[in-house]
Amino acid sequence: MKNTGYIFDIKKYSVNDGPGIRTTVFFKGCPLNCWWCHNPESQHTEPEEIDNCLFRWNLSYDQSKRSKIGSQVLVDEVMKEIEKDIPFYEESTGGATFSGGEPMLQIDFLHLLLTECKKKEINTAIDTTGYAPFSDFEKIYDNTDIFLYDLKLMDDKIHFEYCGVSNKLIHENLKKLSSRGNKIILRLPIIPTITDTEENISQTISFISALKNIREIDLLPFHNTAKSKYERMQKENKVVNLVPPTKEHMDELKNRFLQLGIPIKVGG
Amino acid sequence: MNERIKKLRQQSLDAVPILSHERAKLLTEFYKSCEPQKHSVPVARALAFRYLLENKELCINDGELFVGEKGPVPKATPTYPELCVHSEQDLEILHNREKVWFRSSDETRDIILNEVAAFWKGKSIREKILDEVEQEWRDSYKAGIFTEFMEQRAPGHTVGDDKIFKKGMLDFKKEIQESISKLDFYNDTEAFSKREELRAMEIAADALIAFSKRYSKKLSELAQKEKDKQRKNELETMAGICERVPANAPRTFWEALQYYWFVHLGVTTELNTWDSFNPGRLDQHLYPFYKRDIESSLLTEEFARELLQSFWIKFNNQPAPPKVGVTAQESNTYTDFCLINIGGVTEKGEDASNEMSYILLDTIEEMRLLQPSSMLQISKKNPDRLLRRALKIIRTGYGQPSIFNTDAIIQELTRQGKSIIDARCGGASGCVEAGAFGKEAYILTGYFNIPKILEITLHNGFDPLTKEQIGLQTGDPESFKSFDELYSAFEKQLNHFIDIKIKGNVIIERIYAEYMPAPFLSILIDDCIKQGKDYNSGGARYNSSYIQGVGLGTITDSLSAIKYNVFDKKNFTMKEMLQLLKNNFENKKEEREKLLFFTPKYGNDDDYADDITRKVFESYFKAVDGRPNTKDGHFRINLLPTTCHVYFGSVLGATPDGRFAKEPVSEGISPVQGADVHGPTSVIKSASKIDHLRTGGTLLNQKFTPNFLETDEGIEKVLYLIRTYFKLDGHHMQFNVVNVETLREAQKHPEKYRDLIVRVAGYSDYFVDLGEDLQNEIIRRTEHTGA
Repeated sequence: MKNTGYIFDIKKYSVNDGPGIRTTVFFKGCPLNCWWCHNPESQHTEPEEIDNCLFRWNLSYDQSKRSKIGSQVLVDEVMKEIEKDIPFYEESTGGATFSGGEPMLQIDFLHLLLTECKKKEINTAIDTTGYAPFSDFEKIYDNTDIFLYDLKLMDDKIHFEYCGVSNKLIHENLKKLSSRGNKIILRLPIIPTITDTEENISQTISFISALKNIREIDLLPFHNTAKSKYERMQKENKVVNLVPPTKEHMDELKNRFLQLGIPIKVGG
Repeated sequence: MNERIKKLRQQSLDAVPILSHERAKLLTEFYKSCEPQKHSVPVARALAFRYLLENKELCINDGELFVGEKGPVPKATPTYPELCVHSEQDLEILHNREKVWFRSSDETRDIILNEVAAFWKGKSIREKILDEVEQEWRDSYKAGIFTEFMEQRAPGHTVGDDKIFKKGMLDFKKEIQESISKLDFYNDTEAFSKREELRAMEIAADALIAFSKRYSKKLSELAQKEKDKQRKNELETMAGICERVPANAPRTFWEALQYYWFVHLGVTTELNTWDSFNPGRLDQHLYPFYKRDIESSLLTEEFARELLQSFWIKFNNQPAPPKVGVTAQESNTYTDFCLINIGGVTEKGEDASNEMSYILLDTIEEMRLLQPSSMLQISKKNPDRLLRRALKIIRTGYGQPSIFNTDAIIQELTRQGKSIIDARCGGASGCVEAGAFGKEAYILTGYFNIPKILEITLHNGFDPLTKEQIGLQTGDPESFKSFDELYSAFEKQLNHFIDIKIKGNVIIERIYAEYMPAPFLSILIDDCIKQGKDYNSGGARYNSSYIQGVGLGTITDSLSAIKYNVFDKKNFTMKEMLQLLKNNFENKKEEREKLLFFTPKYGNDDDYADDITRKVFESYFKAVDGRPNTKDGHFRINLLPTTCHVYFGSVLGATPDGRFAKEPVSEGISPVQGADVHGPTSVIKSASKIDHLRTGGTLLNQKFTPNFLETDEGIEKVLYLIRTYFKLDGHHMQFNVVNVETLREAQKHPEKYRDLIVRVAGYSDYFVDLGEDLQNEIIRRTEHTGA
């Protein structure tokens, strides 16, 4: 199995990626291409260039990494960083979160990390688009405590238009994980005029009502913070003119979702 | 807050800090008389204390519920010429300086210069100290290696326990007499000096009683004249209170608070003790009175709150004594460090929090005053609810309360030899200093500039600032073949300067013991009465002397920069490194960036850097801890800066971590500003790699923007941080909750932000009262938004 993988950041004191205080490992590479992606640097698997960026995470203090985003790292290197914050996980019932990009895209690397975490009794979460063969989920679902599962657009055509892939596999996988008993937190990006339409919201609610084991739903309001990242990476930002939803609107949405009888959180 | 409190609070905020000549004038009158010559030093000091309290003007502010001010009016600040004589230039500086000024009238200047200074010049403690210490001490002081706490202010650094809430001054007098009667003149060669000391304590106890009776009389007179029925009632009650306390033990909540206030005024009138004085574990002391009064319907919760608010204002009316010179730079603030302790454990080791803990936290939030400072003691036994309540105050951006680890404090104190009971009844005072309340003199003697020691080492003992060879010749750094060689030279210099500091301390301790006893303070601290010994002469049950290390982050990063870039990676030769420092990185942007951004730094949970932190800690600990002082106690270390990291930076050239010359060094055990890039868990991990339990206090600053703490979830996640830090034996943590925009605005428009209080270092201060460099530094401190 592959004991190296591509990541672009390791973030400590990550407080929005699952319960408690967590360390989030950001995998590089994503099969989706969502218009509102706030981690544009996560989309390509290979390291890429970016302007004016000093990395917080810099394993080797190598100056050459300064303008390059992403690096190939060993399982041991990542585990060393994750293990440093064990006292915080224990105090807060937190743990490690594997995010991206799409962590399922590097399934062997992910599998090794999850197995190591389980050995060390570290709580694990995967932040996933759900776009991966279910056979890959089968490899890891026993070692994954929580799935942070993205749910974007119900209409397959619209999903294809804004995310670059069909949503069939995503929805099928979610149903299977849900009926199997895995703990799931659903993450719904609220993107004005795209996911935040009457039709999509009501379809989403009815889709979720048929699922089991949903522990929480996080409504993630669109924000513009990735704007400068797009500029520095010289990537096209297709949602540059969208206006973030108001707090009042988010509260309204929250009230609508509450009918599902599941805890709802605005922000993640 | 009702109308009365609003008005008193506003008056306190609006009051202008002025110099008061009252105390200096009265003291001079007394010492000019023949009286002092007839008596021993302690008795003369006690008689002087009595003279001050017999003659100082009484102050009863309209509507207030507690009486007594240090000066004739709120914020009129006395001077202490027996310690420090102010020159014309000093008065000028105090009057005109941009920050922490004290205005003085022509009359005050005339009296201070012509009556007071004329008499005390040549007799003050400050002059004695500078005469008695050796040349090497003076050279090191001038170079900014260390500061000296006792050159303008008296030792204090102590806190009251529960005794004044159980005994009156008359009870203490009985104890004093008993102690006198037990003196063994046949076998104890010190019997006579003990008797003199005990007589002095007796005079001091009487003096405080007489002072309160003067107030009682005046309050009765006012009551007679008062037309308003409610106020008349209050004045009569207050007259009764002042008649009863401090002569007798307090019976009610109100009496307990007024009693403490007389004691506070007593201690701070006798001398300008560091950290003023402090009731310590206030929720513990007050709760029994509160419970009893509420149960017997003597008090309503509402009025109890009003009393506490009124009590809070009394503290805010007393700026710290005016300081000049280096002392002003190391502690540049109006705050007098009276740190109210809330929470912690009982003497049996159980959760001590009670209803009063929460009422005090409410008072802190509602009053939002600079003084008193406040802190929460959190033991693993205290409920999260208590900590959550404090965090909800912290998130309003007020910088208070700071959070302390009770379990660590107890272990620190017991390691130093205190009984577990005395340790549990203790806490922290000043900035972060652990102490056995009511039983210990834990004297801070001065800050020690650890990064400066490296500068001296890199110059083979020569100080580039004063251009003097003040250190040892430990070798030309270019000849060092390994990091270990450099480190061993650094350690030699460190030991050399610690020796100089300790020798000075020993001399200064004896000067205070001989010339400046504090009989009133001695009544309050066990076992001065029992031993017949003064507080300043080893009368306390425990006597510790501290040297406070400053710049842990800067020294770690600087040593790490040399180890990494010169010896490991060979990016520079030592010669090139020294050249960079000499030229303050001029035109060497790229080289400086290598040092700033691509070198392992403290605060990132990176053992490359943190191993150096551990090493420096061990060297500093070994150099100081366990060495004897002159009071049957020992020297100890703690790591805190007040504002001294700014001064220490100003005497220091460029450092190998990329810091420009004259910029502040790191504060407390916090990382260098901006060096920590992995968030608060990494800072906490790094900070917990030093052994807090072998110190008497460390200071860690964390900054959050308000939005992070807005939600209950945000509060929980900070709570986890604190609990984890404390599990790792961390001593203390404080929070600045402000956004950078607000601070920049405040810098541009100070007038609009007069109430903006920020956490500086171990205390909170008005942002607009800070010097520009300190303001900039607070802005630079890493923001942990956790976004």
